[in-house]
Parts: sequence; structure tokens; C-alpha cells
Amino acid sequence: MAAPILRWVGPGKRWALAWVDSSSSHRRVSPNGSASHRMREQRSVAQQSLHTAPKPRKGGHKWAAVVGLEVHAQISSNSKLFSGSQVSFAAPPNSLVSFFDASLPGTLPVLNRRCVEAAVMTGLALNCHINKKSLFDRKHYFYADLPAGYQITQQRLPIAVRGSLTYGVFVGNKRSHMATKTVRIKQIQLEQDSGKSLHDDLRSQTLIDLNRAGVGLLEMVLEPDLSCGEEAATVVRELQLILQALGTSKANMAEGQLRVDANISVHQPGEPLGIRTEVKNLNSIRFLARAIDHEIQRQISELESGGVILNETRSFDHRLGCTVPMRDKEGKQDYRFMPEPNLPPLVLYDTASLPVGVEPQQVINIDQIRDTLPELPRVTRERLVREYGMLPEHSFTLLNEVGLLQFFQSVMKETRAEPKKVTSWVLNVLLGYLKQHNLAVNESPITPSALAGLLDLLDSKAISSSAAKEVFEELWKGKAKTAAQIVSEKQLELMQDQEALEHLCQATMEGHPQVVTDMKTGNPKAINKLIGLVRKATLNRADPAVIKNILERLSA
Amino acid sequence: MWARAVWLAFRSGLGGCQAFSTKANFQVKVEQTSPVTHAPRVIPQGSGPITVEVIEHLERLALVDFGSREAVARLEKAIAFADRLRAVDTDGVEPMESVLEDRCLYLRSDKVAEGNCAEELLQNSHQVVEEYFVAPPGIKNPSNTAE
Repeated sequence: MAAPILRWVGPGKRWALAWVDSSSSHRRVSPNGSASHRMREQRSVAQQSLHTAPKPRKGGHKWAAVVGLEVHAQISSNSKLFSGSQVSFAAPPNSLVSFFDASLPGTLPVLNRRCVEAAVMTGLALNCHINKKSLFDRKHYFYADLPAGYQITQQRLPIAVRGSLTYGVFVGNKRSHMATKTVRIKQIQLEQDSGKSLHDDLRSQTLIDLNRAGVGLLEMVLEPDLSCGEEAATVVRELQLILQALGTSKANMAEGQLRVDANISVHQPGEPLGIRTEVKNLNSIRFLARAIDHEIQRQISELESGGVILNETRSFDHRLGCTVPMRDKEGKQDYRFMPEPNLPPLVLYDTASLPVGVEPQQVINIDQIRDTLPELPRVTRERLVREYGMLPEHSFTLLNEVGLLQFFQSVMKETRAEPKKVTSWVLNVLLGYLKQHNLAVNESPITPSALAGLLDLLDSKAISSSAAKEVFEELWKGKAKTAAQIVSEKQLELMQDQEALEHLCQATMEGHPQVVTDMKTGNPKAINKLIGLVRKATLNRADPAVIKNILERLSA
Repeated sequence: MWARAVWLAFRSGLGGCQAFSTKANFQVKVEQTSPVTHAPRVIPQGSGPITVEVIEHLERLALVDFGSREAVARLEKAIAFADRLRAVDTDGVEPMESVLEDRCLYLRSDKVAEGNCAEELLQNSHQVVEEYFVAPPGIKNPSNTAE
């Protein structure tokens, strides 16, 4: 009889990541839960073998960090999870609030079909098992921005479980190699977002805006399979790309559509896992990586100087660049989970189990959603490598920069140049210029067709690559000229006139007899010097290979 | 069915008490069930004094003040009352998910049909600043504060 109660009275979803703690330290925190404890112990044993990448430290100590993430993504939908009010980022306060969102008595939740589909789609994309039956629970909430006093979530039986996410990391001495790693996904649950509080300390009051209250969220709980800030950042970026490819969330961190909490602990390999802290307020990928690495270092120095780690919630102060304890959460909170009495279980179907005689609007078919999944970033990258023969790391860069893949594909459509040439120009030249000027891809002064035109000229050997750079700079200035116009205006075409080139070579050789003698005695540097001189004389408009041929012929 | 109903009432009503009773460790003696009524009779024994720490914990969770002799007595009575549920034998009875567990969960299409009633809603508020509700300062949730 005790076990089923503990299932929901216990610390709830906290234990999803709580097992980062050693089982002994967790026992101290939560006295109840024999059943969940057994599970936790089993899991942490399995886990330890996965986290043996030690970080050498001075003093001979080796520490390994264990990082788990909890990601909240706002579902991209027209209306909220349980009410028909609009979802929008910037709107006048309390204008997007229904009676239900304001928790008026007598209102009931009505589930939004789109949010369920988004959760199933995301679950499938993350290789999850989709639960054909899932349940809603109330999690009690202590702040005024959710006036019901609880949040509807999925604690006992979430919509998707046991998934995985593959991501790429740079390895090797020069970090030039890509390796793929996998992080396990524990579960995905549907839940309500809260409203926003504005604290006016001067007048000692809190202003409440409920526009965000009740917006659908996907909470994705990742198993603690990560070991540093960079890994976490890569995972979140990959997740962001997947959500954007699916269209299930805009996943813009700056607008709060993607929010990440990190659970962090350190331990000596072979020892039980350390006590974890939870770091909140991570609102950009860069801060996420910095906060995690800072917190790992803080825990290591704390332990090395004989201190202890407290099981606490900390927030990242991006001005100070460090994590600080959050004062309000003294002790463990009791969320008092209870089944949501107003919502029956959510039942999903597959093609084999479709019910007959039920309105199609009321049926969600998992197989049908699987068939409509778009191409995922991983597959896109594989396709780029296969179709264009590019390096895996180039495919990562193309996808990671917003809009860059589209730019690349537009150039590819319009040019005859080799894919490798296009990749190199887009990634090295264009992206370099954009970064240098702090511009996004869609702000590029050079259009895909302008670049395609330039690459065509280069491909047909009408201009040299150094002339091409010059043309690129002119294009960047954005005077609405095509590459061809710039080339003819500045007379940058390669000298195709063989006779004129021969004359120039002859003249140069006559002007530098000493170099010619050196060349004849077999000094390899001498011919390069001559080539340079001839090119200079042609204002960089001659192909060095052609010059070399002529010089060799003339001196023979 | 009777047992299931009680089980449900127990699950939904007594979340807080569950944590509490494990701490205080009540002992309950169950008398033989009467064959006529099927109602078990429970005599709570040795409920013992409730410590200051337990009271403080409960007050914080429930946002209720137990700080008087009368209130403590009421609490002890409530616990004794709730403890009678422990006498019910639920072995082998599968708990219900919800009283609506055999019903279909209605799915709404994703259309905007509500909202734009700030003026009406704000009339409910004790105090208003511009179009914001004003709440007492209370406890802050730093992870959810608008910049």
C-alpha cells in the first residue's frame, strides 16, 4: 500500500534528476521513498560507468563532472494549452487572458489538440516511446503569477519517455574532428507555463501579467549524461534546431521560448556521485556553457578546500559571471502532486488501434504524425556530406548559423561552381565577413545570386581567386552592381592574351638576369619570385600556372 | 468499489498528512470489522505531542497558522480522523486514475476564441496598476521574474 502513495507524494519530478546525488546524500534530503530509492540506486550504478572522463587537476586530484538538463520549450501554437486565449510574445499586459487562465471559479481546462500533436512529434523526433495513455497532475505553485495555486503538468505518466538525442562534438588535438555522442532523454511532459511577476521593491508590491499563464510547454528531462558546459551547449543547440525543424517551438532563448535548468555535481571517478546543485536563469546558450563550467569549478575548489556542496538552487549572474545561491528556496519544497481531477487520461492511437465511429478531430494517430515528420538536422547534415562531399564539421556550421544553409542552397542552385568551392566561399569568406561586422545571415549585403555570379566567373577562370576576393569586397559594399560589372569596370579579368603575357614574361626575365640565372641553376625559389613579378606586372590578372608554363618554356 | 472510492478520497485529500504521519509515526489499532456495516472501527492510540518543527513545516506548506492550543487540538483531531482511512484494506485493489478515467479527453482545435477581457478581469482585483494585477510582495520566484 505504501508504494503507490509514494509514487505521487514523493518529491515528484525532482527525483528525475535527483539521482545525480549519491544515494546516501539523497537519503538525507528525502526520508521517504523506499521504492523510488531502489530505482535510483540501480540507475546510479549504471550511470557511474558512463562518467569516467576525468579532468586532471593540480594536486593529483581528478574530478569528473556530471551534468543533467531540464529544458522547457514553449509550444508554437495559436492558443494556450487549456484555454482559447492567444499565445503571443509582446502584448499589452493581461490582454491574452481567459477566465480559465485567471483561475476564475467554475472554469475548466479544455486540451488543445495542437499541443498534444507537438508533444508527440517532438517525442518521435527524439526517439522516445510515446505513451498511448498519459495522465495530468497538479503541481502546487507558490507564486501569484499562476493564480490557481497549481500548475497542470504530467508527473505520474508523461506523454513520451526513454528517448535519445545525438549530437556532435569536436575532438582531437586541434579540435578538428567531429565525434557523435548521445544523451538519453528521460521524459517529455506537457505542462502550463506561468505568468510573469514584476517586483516593485520601492512600493513593496508585485505586478502580475498573466499573458503567459497557461501557454503550452514541453518539459524535456535529459538524463545526466553530460560532463561540461560545452557539451550542454551543443545539446541545447541541437535540440533548438530539432524543435525549429519540427515547428513545435520557435525555441528562441532570448524571448524565453526555450529555458534551461542545469543539475550539476562533481565526484572522483569510482566514488559515488556528488551532491548536485541546480542552476537556473540560463537564458542564452553562451551563458549556459559558462554557468555550468563555473559551477563545476566552484564545486571542485569548494571540495578541495575541505568544504561541502549543499543541495541548493543557484542562479547565474551574467554580469558577475558566476553562480549565486537563490535565497528563497530554503529547504525542500513540497509540490504536493495530485491527480488533476478535471482531466481524464489522454489516450493516443496508432493505425492498428484506431477506434471506429469516433470523430477524427478527437483522435490522434501516432503513426500518421510519424509519417509527416520533416527532415531532421542530423539527416540534413548527412545529406549535405553525401551530396556535396563536404566535411561533417562544415555541415554543422551550415546548420548552426541561422539562415546559412538556405543561403548556401540558393547559391548552389544558381552557380556552376563546384560544391566544395561554394562551401569554402560561404563558410570562410562570407561567414567571416558577417562575423566581423556582427551581422546575421539575412542581413548580408551580398545576395546568394551575387555570390553565385562571382563564383561562376571564378569557375570559368575569367578571374583569379585574388581578383575574386577584390570583387567580393566590392560586392560587400553593396552598390547594386553584379560581379561581372565590377570585373569589367576594374579590369580584373584574367589576361587571356597569350602573346601579351609572353611579352611581359620576356620583359621581366630581361629585367632580372640574376634571378633567371638562379632559376637555371635549379633554385626552386627563383621561379616563384619571377612568377610574382610577372603577376604584379599584370595587376594580379594572370593565372600563375599559365605564367609558370611560359617562364619555363622561355628559359629552356 | 467501496474500497476504491475511499482510496481515491484518501489520495486526493491527504497529500500533506501523508508526509506528516510518516514523521509522527502514529499507531493505529484496527478492531475487527463489523459484519453488518463493513465499517472498520479505528482507535487512534498514542498520537503523541506534535513538535514545534512539524508545526512550522506544516504552516509553511499550508500557509495556515497553527499557533494556538485550540488549533493544535483541531489538527490532532483531523489527523486522527484521517488515520481511519489506513484501516481500509486496499491490498490487490488497483487505484483509479481519476473518476473520469473511462471518459474521452475532449480535444479542442487550436483557435483563438477567448481573451481581450483585461478590463473585466481586473475588476476582480483588489488593486491595479495600469493593466497589471497587484499582488502583495510575498515570496518571490526569482526564476520567473520579468526583466
